[in-house]
Amino acid sequence: MSSSARLARLDHKGSPYLYILPFFLLFGAFGLFPLVYTGYVSFNDWDLIDAGAHQWIGLGNYRELLTDAYFWNALGNTLSIWVLSTVPQLLAALWIAHLLNHRLRTRTAFRMGVLLPNITSIVAVTLVFAQMFGRDFGMVNWLLGVVGIGPVDWQADTWSSHLAIAIIVMWRWTGYNALIYLASMQAIPHDLYEAADLDGASQTQQFWRITVPMLRPTIIFTTVISTIGGLQIIAEPLLFAGSGTPTGGSDRQFQTIALFMYEQGFREFRFGYASAIAWTLCLVIALFAIVNLLLTRRIADEE
Amino acid sequence: MTVLDEKTTARVAPQPPRRPARHRGFGHPRRASVWTYAGLLAILAGSVFPLYWSLVVSSQTSDAVTAVPPVLIPGGHLFDNIARVFATTAFAKALLNSFIVSGSITISVVFFSTLAGFAFAKLRFRGRKGLLALAVATSMVPHQLGIIPLYLLMARLGWTDQLAAVIVPGLVTAFGVFFMTQYLGRAIPDELLEAGRIDGCSTFKLYWHVVLPIARPAAAVLGLFTFMQAWNDFFWPLVVLQENATVQVALSSLAAGYTTDYTLTLTGTLLATLPILVIFMVLGRQIVGGIMQGAIKG
Repeated sequence: MSSSARLARLDHKGSPYLYILPFFLLFGAFGLFPLVYTGYVSFNDWDLIDAGAHQWIGLGNYRELLTDAYFWNALGNTLSIWVLSTVPQLLAALWIAHLLNHRLRTRTAFRMGVLLPNITSIVAVTLVFAQMFGRDFGMVNWLLGVVGIGPVDWQADTWSSHLAIAIIVMWRWTGYNALIYLASMQAIPHDLYEAADLDGASQTQQFWRITVPMLRPTIIFTTVISTIGGLQIIAEPLLFAGSGTPTGGSDRQFQTIALFMYEQGFREFRFGYASAIAWTLCLVIALFAIVNLLLTRRIADEE
Repeated sequence: MTVLDEKTTARVAPQPPRRPARHRGFGHPRRASVWTYAGLLAILAGSVFPLYWSLVVSSQTSDAVTAVPPVLIPGGHLFDNIARVFATTAFAKALLNSFIVSGSITISVVFFSTLAGFAFAKLRFRGRKGLLALAVATSMVPHQLGIIPLYLLMARLGWTDQLAAVIVPGLVTAFGVFFMTQYLGRAIPDELLEAGRIDGCSTFKLYWHVVLPIARPAAAVLGLFTFMQAWNDFFWPLVVLQENATVQVALSSLAAGYTTDYTLTLTGTLLATLPILVIFMVLGRQIVGGIMQGAIKG
């Protein structure tokens, strides 16, 4: 074998690994390693940045977490905000996608319009909404006043703060999900609708009997994605409080788990405890993802 | 040794399949009624209003924020307020920092994703399927939850409050690799690569002369998404940067404090959103297309 042929062989066999190496190296060091190491930190009493100053306490942090009222409060808030934002969001997205799925003039402009909230940063969105939800001079309370409803102190109560935060999340994500649904709707064979027309089915019937069932896999997909994202929300409740405090309101009425983790890690500097919160949240997310997966399988089996 | 020139490559390479919408027989192409337009216009108004509102507030004097009923028309004080933002905070530096961070991350993600995507889609090597599955699986992992060790790592490296702490973890994304693998798998015919090999091209020459030109449209979409995501990233920069803030961190500190100056805050919001808005106005069609191809996650 000549040396150039041997070189070509080496190139052929070896170079693919070279091309994927940067990804795995960087991802391993700054993506995967921290996540795994979080597990190790969570078994320690670890209050200082100095890596030497920590003590192995086994499951101590987890034991504390399970009896910590603040944790259960944060878990409840997270689930409440997640349900309040996800359910109406996906329903609204379905409806918007249905509207967009017509022969339209300025089609692109409408599609860009519904996506606009999604390209705006969470910080910008939350700050604008925090102003609009202001107690004394906010636009929302003014509008409510016009229809005769007294001013609401949006930050003060559990339900009102959850609703406000859910609206912020919804505003940012509904259009994005609508575009995902629209893409799936466009793949539905048109004869189905033609046949339904011949049978005299109304538009509403066609939407619920043809469009929605055909969209089921996509609906499950968006539910999974919204779950993974929704259970981690942190920036909205952090910035909604205005003052930049991570307690989620004076009574922790809108502190989410991720925000609780941030508070314990970077305000209280309890790195071990915060890591235990992180892993627990990971577990919660995985649990929800598995439930979603089982749901997907069952639906796939039915078809 | 013959090197394939770009033009031949582009002509030989088939375009990836178009969206089903363009085919006859799919979708639901009914003519839109007046009600459809009315509904869409209402949704559009709701989508645009918060940004419009930040324009209104940032172009009025501070009195406008507390006016009842609210002022709804922009005023003439936009540049006064912008000047005030730049005077009271290090906003100019934050904007520059964000450009540096987002620019570096975008270039790196596009380059490494195309490289790895090429290997995964078109090269045969042992462990390919397993490694690809690993890369895809990792894109679902909630990275936000690894910030504590990441912070400890940055402290050890002496990178806290340095842009490197934000740039380096963003240099590659699992999503980018997945996205390019999918695209290149469809867009590059194997015959083209075989022909190149017979002509004696090394693998890297194939990458440079065949793959990169074909990858360009997908690379542009990936680049757009990566830039916007990096620009809007907030949580990790908030944790690791203090004085050397990016624009989102600077914006959040504008609002912090016991009483928030909303004129200042919403002017900052407008400034921080403007670069993204400009990109969106120019390339919105590509961004919408990228999402509708179903592969993009936010």
